[in-house]
Amino acid sequence: MKGKIVIDSALCKGCGLCIEACPNKLLELGEELNEKGYHFAVFLEERDGKGCVGCTLCAITCPEVAIEVYREEG
Amino acid sequence: MKKVFTKTPVLKPVPFHYCPGCGHSIAHRLVAEVIDEMGMRGKAIGIPPAGCAVLAYNYFDIDMGEAPHGRGTAVATGIKRVLPDRLVFSYQGDGDVAAIGTAETFHSANRGECITCIFINNGVYGMTGGQMAPTTMVGQPTTTSPGGRDPKFHGHTLKFTEILAQLPGTAYAVRTAVHKPAAIRKAKAAIRKAFEVQMAGLGFSVVEILSPCPTNWKMTPVQAIKWIDKQVTKEFPIGVFKDLSAEKSHAD
Repeated sequence: MKGKIVIDSALCKGCGLCIEACPNKLLELGEELNEKGYHFAVFLEERDGKGCVGCTLCAITCPEVAIEVYREEG
Repeated sequence: MKKVFTKTPVLKPVPFHYCPGCGHSIAHRLVAEVIDEMGMRGKAIGIPPAGCAVLAYNYFDIDMGEAPHGRGTAVATGIKRVLPDRLVFSYQGDGDVAAIGTAETFHSANRGECITCIFINNGVYGMTGGQMAPTTMVGQPTTTSPGGRDPKFHGHTLKFTEILAQLPGTAYAVRTAVHKPAAIRKAKAAIRKAFEVQMAGLGFSVVEILSPCPTNWKMTPVQAIKWIDKQVTKEFPIGVFKDLSAEKSHAD
């Protein structure tokens, strides 16, 4: 895994724009509800053999600025 | 692992009040990031509008004022003339800029005030319930044009940025969007350019941002960004309508 993201689930409103943006389809809306009552986005480490590359597209798209992105150096 | 994306310190660590999928908070982030990257945090002054973004001063950790509906560029004019070394911007919606504030926006641009107008275009009056705005597209249903906008009855869709571009005092006029990552990156670059044009004293700058309003468009957030991609950008083409800085550097 070259990258990973951390979602602040309390800020997420479940709009789903990050799910559209992720090129490797590593985001989906979970079953759980947050305090506001939204099904928040959850991060899957791998889908179909592909993992996060730290491209930041989800974070750029997130209207709530609820996603932090980490990437391996070098 | 190295952190490569986090919330800019120019945005306060508080949740936004906007609806799910709203473009306002994306635009807020872009403006805040540009202020941070330009090192202007201590010198930036913003003027929020009347409308959904009226509470923008709760989110930006810079000096913020407030203006009556439509008067953002008039208030910004006063601030910039008294404090010319500051980065002064108004943040306004389409009803604010292009309906009730038409005169103020038009004349601020024509006077060549060295301020920046961040112009959020979502085609409706968002806060008051999705009424028709000057920027509503022909055929688009709103709460005050339930059968769709009819130009014979409601008038034509107003493309205000193109009009502002024709004024001699306007130095930079551009239309961008925040419906997908590539467009969001370009919108940020346009905001940076507008602020640089302002600080170079070249004149008025306006950055129109096509922005989703899923609640009033009666769409899901994903449907709203696809609507912008397929329909709104056809009526409101993305592009630079005027850039005096390019002409200046070309002449140099």
